[in-house]
Amino acid sequence: MKTRVYVTLKNGVLDPQGKAIHHALEGLEFEGVRDVRQGKLIELDLEEGVSEADVEAMCRKLLANTVIENFRIEHGATQSAEGQRAA
Amino acid sequence: MKSAVIVFPGSNCDRDMAVALREVTGQPPLMVWHRETELPEGIDLVALPGGFSYGDYLRSGAMAARSPVMGAVRQAAERGASVLGICNGFQILTEAGLLPGALMRNSTISFVCRDVPLKVENSQTAFTSRYQAGEEIVIPVAHHDGNYQADDETLERLEGEGRVVFRYSHQTNGSAHDIAGIVNEGGNVLGMMPHPERAVEPAHGRLDGRRLFEGILEAIG
Repeated sequence: MKTRVYVTLKNGVLDPQGKAIHHALEGLEFEGVRDVRQGKLIELDLEEGVSEADVEAMCRKLLANTVIENFRIEHGATQSAEGQRAA
Repeated sequence: MKSAVIVFPGSNCDRDMAVALREVTGQPPLMVWHRETELPEGIDLVALPGGFSYGDYLRSGAMAARSPVMGAVRQAAERGASVLGICNGFQILTEAGLLPGALMRNSTISFVCRDVPLKVENSQTAFTSRYQAGEEIVIPVAHHDGNYQADDETLERLEGEGRVVFRYSHQTNGSAHDIAGIVNEGGNVLGMMPHPERAVEPAHGRLDGRRLFEGILEAIG
């Protein structure tokens, strides 16, 4: 089973990389971008029987630093991000 | 004084740290691989060196902070041994929860590699007794993720309790309150981004880091 973990910076935490991406988009003359925040997508391929609580423990213990980051767990993703876009 | 330097895959300042410790204390430290679950008996000082443990993957210091040896480092800190984390070592200490806050990407996004002036804010710790409070010293920095951030309450507590030990004289990486180094509540765990081990002998061009090691030696004996 594929599970996705999205790790994002908490609101109010400065995101220098997001700022740089925003700046670069402006440099390419894309208009209307108010703000950019960069996060991480971590895909886990899990064996049957791994519970949501287990995944949450993984997030708290390693995948996210809860001092500065939030995480969101999305279960049952079966396609890659590219696949979804194509579909 | 018995000291140990922890070596993680990707550490690159472990030998500089060993040379500085040997130079100042007269004794070579024990080099301890990260897979160890115990530290050698009677260690007074544990140093977590600079470098790029695990290639800075996931977050700087994140994986090193969960390596087997860190349980022993935590126990050593709890029994009052001195723990010194430099650069990546500071990142590891925050990731391990031995120090509050987090070290994020520099606000400029650039890697900062130069000598920087620092103000010694607290000379009452075992690490800083050889400095004068308010004194300005110059120590090199070399990091990409040195932007210290914590919530307002934590920052207030650090400031109120005199736990901000070193502060950049000029904005260097976007750190809140220009924080360059902090100690834990007990004062026996210090994390700092600048590299004192790179300023201990005349060939380095600067000697301002030497007194940090001399202070530790004096405190421990």
